[in-house]
Amino acid sequence: MLQIPMWKRILIWGTCALALLIAVPNLFYAQVERHNDAVTAQERGEAFLEEDLAAWPGFLPSFLVNLGLDLRGGAHLLAEVQVSDVYADRVDALWPTVRDQLREARDTVGAVRRLPSEDAGELRVRIGTPEAISEAAARVRDLAQPTQSLTGFGSGNDIDVRIEGEEIVVALSDAERQATDERTMRTSLEIIRRRVDEAGTREPTIQRQGEDRILIQVPGIGSAEELKALIGTTARLTFHPVVGVTSDGSEVPGPRNALYPAMEDPGTFYEVEQTPVVTGDQLVDASAAMDQNNRPAVNFRFNAQGGRAFGLYTAENIGSPFAIVLDGEVVSAPTIQSHIPGGSGIITGRFTVEETTQLAVLLRSGALPAEMEFLEERTVGPELGQDSIDAGRIAAIIAMAAVLIFMLASYGIFGVIANIALLLNVAMIFALLSLIGATLTLPGIAGIVLTIGMAVDATVLIFERIREEMRTAKGPARAIEQGYDKALSAILDANVTTFLTALILFAMGSGPVRGFAVTLGLGIITSVFTALLVTRLMMVMYFERRRPKTLAI
Amino acid sequence: MRLKLVPQDTSIDFFRYWKVSFGASAVAMVLSILAFLVMGLNFGIDFRGGTTIRTEAVQPVDIGAYRGAVEPLGFGDVAITEVFDPSFGPEQNVAMIRIQAQEGQEAKTPDQLAAIRAALQQVDPSLTFASVDSVGPKVSGELVQSAVISVLLALGAVLFYVWLRFEWQFSVGAVAALVHDVVLTVGLFAVLQIRFDLAIIAAILTIVGYSLNDTVVVFDRVRENLIKFKKRPLREVLNLSINDTLTRTVMTSVTTLIALISLFVLGGDVIRGFVFAMIWGVVVGTYSSVFVASVVLYRLGVKRDWSKNSGDTAGTQFGVKEG
Repeated sequence: MLQIPMWKRILIWGTCALALLIAVPNLFYAQVERHNDAVTAQERGEAFLEEDLAAWPGFLPSFLVNLGLDLRGGAHLLAEVQVSDVYADRVDALWPTVRDQLREARDTVGAVRRLPSEDAGELRVRIGTPEAISEAAARVRDLAQPTQSLTGFGSGNDIDVRIEGEEIVVALSDAERQATDERTMRTSLEIIRRRVDEAGTREPTIQRQGEDRILIQVPGIGSAEELKALIGTTARLTFHPVVGVTSDGSEVPGPRNALYPAMEDPGTFYEVEQTPVVTGDQLVDASAAMDQNNRPAVNFRFNAQGGRAFGLYTAENIGSPFAIVLDGEVVSAPTIQSHIPGGSGIITGRFTVEETTQLAVLLRSGALPAEMEFLEERTVGPELGQDSIDAGRIAAIIAMAAVLIFMLASYGIFGVIANIALLLNVAMIFALLSLIGATLTLPGIAGIVLTIGMAVDATVLIFERIREEMRTAKGPARAIEQGYDKALSAILDANVTTFLTALILFAMGSGPVRGFAVTLGLGIITSVFTALLVTRLMMVMYFERRRPKTLAI
Repeated sequence: MRLKLVPQDTSIDFFRYWKVSFGASAVAMVLSILAFLVMGLNFGIDFRGGTTIRTEAVQPVDIGAYRGAVEPLGFGDVAITEVFDPSFGPEQNVAMIRIQAQEGQEAKTPDQLAAIRAALQQVDPSLTFASVDSVGPKVSGELVQSAVISVLLALGAVLFYVWLRFEWQFSVGAVAALVHDVVLTVGLFAVLQIRFDLAIIAAILTIVGYSLNDTVVVFDRVRENLIKFKKRPLREVLNLSINDTLTRTVMTSVTTLIALISLFVLGGDVIRGFVFAMIWGVVVGTYSSVFVASVVLYRLGVKRDWSKNSGDTAGTQFGVKEG
């Protein structure tokens, strides 16, 4: 008959008590957050306030639900990394090797010349003696190396060499392109992470999405623009020999040269050699400073290799100008006064102090390997987030109260049982959300409110069934048992189907919608648990105490 | 004294006017599709790309002045609406500005936003941007695709699950009810021109889940009664099952509606459209599980001999028997 073994009772109440304990910190969100921040600071050995640490007792659980951007305020960016940008660099790096390889066989192949190519991932070469083209191609083919991917040696070579008419076309192979994309993405992620961390914001989310996208969510930042300024700048610093100065921006630069506008005075363009002497990759440090005229500037230092290249170049080219180029703009083009050993220098330009500070951060964290295009951006101001939390909280409390009263009016003492189950249910949702570190969004709050409404469904199914069974079954104990047994299949079918839709929402949705799917799905699990086990246990306990002859359900 | 929304024993004949109710549903669906085709949906930027800016200002919103400020900037089609909410204070005047996606460009650039902000602050110096959303055409295209796929997937999963647990006639009935609900919801959004964005897709999927929940509870009882009353005509069995579960149907709908209405009134304007869709869905979903799903089942007929196949499917299939 109606018996539940002691170990099961302890297990059920224990689960409920645990859920309550884990959920409780969310009621004291601000205090617990201060406490947690202080603990993190303590672990990192940073400064923190004792007062903050004491805001929440350390022996209690301190799990919190993460608040989504729509509740906390902050910025969300979806960036697409232009991975093919990197192909051009790869090809440029390939050219000297190919040239040297063919020069060794100058007698047979003749002079070697690079031609412009439409596909950035291709190198087109013309040789002086077209008859020897297949031999030349064979020589270039010897340069091919196995593709190096992150998973070890990939299949195939890094370059494909083919002959098109009188030209040899060296193209990056598909495998090599893939491996390059992978590297580009990893580097981009790493650099974005470093930049966001330097800005010192709380719990940023930086995730790769799909092939070539990166999702960046930073709570608490003022606007997406700020975030974009921080991560959207490539910060590619290069030093080029200057070939000439012109005021005509449409002038076609000479072969293997490039035309860059001057940052300081519009209308001036520098023609520089495309291949840089040194690049920002070889920087080891950068910091904001003032130059001798007290203008904001950035100090930098090269690593050994960069320092040597820089020293060598300056020693050989005293008296000629060289250009410091940042993201396609000439910051300045000083004339080399003397040999600069030691590998350090200073960049001056039309900067503000803030700009130099930011530039130093960007240079320190390294240049992004490729440009990024922003596909989606969302900013939520902190006030709007707080308004949403407040409104959601009030709505949830009122909804809860109304449902509790309604259940009490409809089922009397059994309404109390249903209501306790409902309250436990909400506590469990919060406990689970906190435990798995899920993010609560505004639609997520809607999901909880919806769960409050729907959670009683299973209980109602059981109560109605018990009511029916009371008419036919022999005595209340049998009615309760039958009620639970017969309602089971309806409860499971109904909840499995809803759970399926929650799963689909979770898999297909993004951002806030996903937050909704999470709370809906968790709500289904907890409501089935409370309806089948918790209310049953309470029914049995009620029955054991009172031994009623009939059930006033 | 207990609150009783439904009398203890009801024996309403739900199929008495089935031709009328089914016809009404069919007409409503046709009208919804027409509304969708003729009026179209008021797609939010999630689906068509562009930028929405939520502004807050101390002075009352002057849509004409806002438009006058933004239009000369040359961003093309600009839509400005004022937002009202009982929770706003007297010095909280909110407007939504929507700007179409710009040719050959994904998200808004900081310069463009700064220009808009500066222009609007000329009108009202206290104006701030409470939120800015910008979605490029590339992503919005994908969002449309994944939204359609998720709704279809949900319907497919339901069709399969119900077929697995019941019989194919139940499956057709359930999916007919779901399609009915989805079509009517989309139709209502077309008629009222409420902004249709990603959250509404979530609402539609929830409606699918809710309506199905309702339908499955009725079907579960139908299956049980079919086994119990082997000789009674199908129509009687269906009526009996719907009446048996009527109290539960009403109770659950009422509690869910209580919760949703509270959210609709107090939850703020940001999710009002989303909640509205769900309230509508609960009403339509409750209606459709009786007047669409059961009617389809009634017209399709169903095999009456359940003894060979799964016998007492109810209760044993999941086999959870507790001491």
